[in-house]
Amino acid sequence: MEQTVTNLTVFVLAVFVGYHVVWNVTPALHTPLMSVTNAVSSVIIVGAILASGSTNSGVGVLLGTIAVALASVNTFGGFLVSLRMLEMFKRKEPEPGPPTSTQQPPTVH
Amino acid sequence: MTANEVALSYLVASVLFILALRGLSHPRTARRGNLLGMVGMAVAIVTTFAITNRIDMARLGIGIGAVVGLIVSRRVQMTQMPELVAAMHSLVGLAAVLIAFAVVNDPSAFNLDVPIPRGNRLELFVGTFIGAVTFSGSIIAFGKLAGLGKYSRLFSSAPVVFKGQHIVNLLIALAMIAAGVVFVASPPEGQWTPFGAMTAIAFLLGVLTIIPIGGADMPVVISMLNSYSGWAAAGIGFSLNNSMLIIAGSLVGSSGAILSYIMCRAMNRSFFSVILGGFGGAEGAVVSGVQQKAVKAGSAEDVAFLLSNADSVIIVPGYGLAVGRAQHATKEMADKLMKKGVNVRYAIHPVAGRMPGHMNVLLAEAEVPYDQVFEMEDINADFGSADIAFVLGANDVVNPLAEQPGSPIYGMPILEAHKAHTVVVNKRSMAAGYAGVDNPLFYMDKTMMVFGDAKKVIEDIVKSLD
Repeated sequence: MEQTVTNLTVFVLAVFVGYHVVWNVTPALHTPLMSVTNAVSSVIIVGAILASGSTNSGVGVLLGTIAVALASVNTFGGFLVSLRMLEMFKRKEPEPGPPTSTQQPPTVH
Repeated sequence: MTANEVALSYLVASVLFILALRGLSHPRTARRGNLLGMVGMAVAIVTTFAITNRIDMARLGIGIGAVVGLIVSRRVQMTQMPELVAAMHSLVGLAAVLIAFAVVNDPSAFNLDVPIPRGNRLELFVGTFIGAVTFSGSIIAFGKLAGLGKYSRLFSSAPVVFKGQHIVNLLIALAMIAAGVVFVASPPEGQWTPFGAMTAIAFLLGVLTIIPIGGADMPVVISMLNSYSGWAAAGIGFSLNNSMLIIAGSLVGSSGAILSYIMCRAMNRSFFSVILGGFGGAEGAVVSGVQQKAVKAGSAEDVAFLLSNADSVIIVPGYGLAVGRAQHATKEMADKLMKKGVNVRYAIHPVAGRMPGHMNVLLAEAEVPYDQVFEMEDINADFGSADIAFVLGANDVVNPLAEQPGSPIYGMPILEAHKAHTVVVNKRSMAAGYAGVDNPLFYMDKTMMVFGDAKKVIEDIVKSLD
C-alpha cells in the first residue's frame, strides 16, 4: 500500500509537470511534439527488457522480446523522425549570414 | 547496480524526458530537446540492462526494432506523418499488453510478489485495457488516415454508425470492467480466463470507439490515442512500481490530453461530442439559409494575374494541400510573388489537416521560413487589409457560417478569409466540407474558385507568373 501511495504521488506531480511543460510548446511544433512523446512513451521498453530477461519462463522471454522489438521501433523511429522534422524547422531560421549585396547600400564614412 | 543507483539513473532519465518536451517550446531549442530525450532513453535502457540477468534477447529485439525504426523514419513522407504517428501509438499499446501478460505469467521476473498483490493486479488491469484500446483504436485510426477505406469499411474515413451504437459500446465496456474485477479478485490459478477475456474485450472496444469518428476529427482522435499510449505506459509503471515509467507515461498522457483539448476548442466542440462520433455524416447535412448562386470560376492564369498585382497575400492551407502534396509548389509560387514585391504570409488553423501542427510541418519541409507562418489569433486581424486570401484545400476552417447563430458549426473559430479584398479558393470540386455544411464564402462576389488538384493548379500559376 505504501508503494502505491508513493506511485500516486509521483504520478500526480508528473501530470502537473507535463501540463505546464506542454502548454508552453509552440503550436507550430505540435506534430514533432507528438512524435517526441511517442518516442518517450516507448520507455515502456524497460518493462519489456525485464520480461525478455526472465530466465525461468520461455513464454515470458518470447513476449518480452516481441515487446522490446515493438517499443524500440518507436524509440528509434520516434526520435529520428522528430529529428528529421526539426531539421526542417531549423533550416528556416532567419539567417544572420551575409546579406545580399544588392540590398545593402554601401556605407559611407 | 544497487537499488538506489538504479532509482537515481531512472530519475536522471525522467528529468531528461521533461527537458526534451520543454525544448519544444521554440524551434531553436527543439533539436537539443530531442537530443536530450534520446540520451534519457539511452540511460533508461542501459540501466535496465544492468539489472537484468539475460540481455541477449533484448538486444536482438532492439536490433530488429532499430532497423525498422530507422528505415521508417527515413522513408516516411511528411504528408504521411499522421499515419505514422497512429501506427506508432499502436505499437506502444501492444507492447504494454504483451508486458502485462509477461507479468501475469511470471511476476518474479519483475521483482513482484507471488501471487501478485491485489493493488498491482488492479493496476495491471488498467494498464492492459488502456494498452489494448490504444492498440486496436490506433490501427483503425491508421487505416482511416492511410485511406484504407477501400479495403474495409472499418477504415472508412466517413463515420461508421449503427443503431444503438453507444448502448452497445457501453455494455461492452461494462463487460470489460466486470472481467477486470474478476481478474483482480480471483485466486492466481483462475486469473488467466478473466485476464484474457478482459484484454479481448478491450481490443474490440478500441475498434468500436474509433470507427464512428470521421476523417476530419482525426486531429482529436490522434491526440487522444497519444494520450492513451502515455497512460498505458504509466499504468504498467504503477504495476511494476517503476517511477520512471510513471513519470514518462504521465508526461505523454497529459501532452496528448492537452492537444485533444486544443483541437476540440479549435472546432468549438466538446470532447465527448467528438469521441461519440457520427459528426459530418452524409445524412442530415443541414442546408443553410444562403441562397444558391453560381460560383465564379477562374483559371490558373487569372489567379496568377490577381496575385502578381496584389500587395499582400495570405495563403490558407488545408487538408487539400496535404492530399495534393502541393507544399513545394506553393513555396515556389510564394517565392516568385515575393520577388515581385508581394507580401506573402501563411495562416494556419489549429485543426487544418489531419493532426496537430500538420500544416506547419509540410510548410517547414518546403522550407517556408517560419516567420511567414502565423497562427490563427495572430493573423485574423490582418485579413481585412489583405488584397487576396488564397484558400488552398481548406473549407470548414474558413466558413463564415461559423459566425451565424443556428448553423451547425456556429461558434467554431475560423480564419476570416472572407474579410480579404479578394478571395481565391482552390478546391477539387464543389462538395461540401467535412461538416456537411455549404460554404457561403464560395458564392461571394469577391470570390474566385479555381477547381483542380492543388499541386497542378499551383504549378500552372507558377508557370503563368513567369
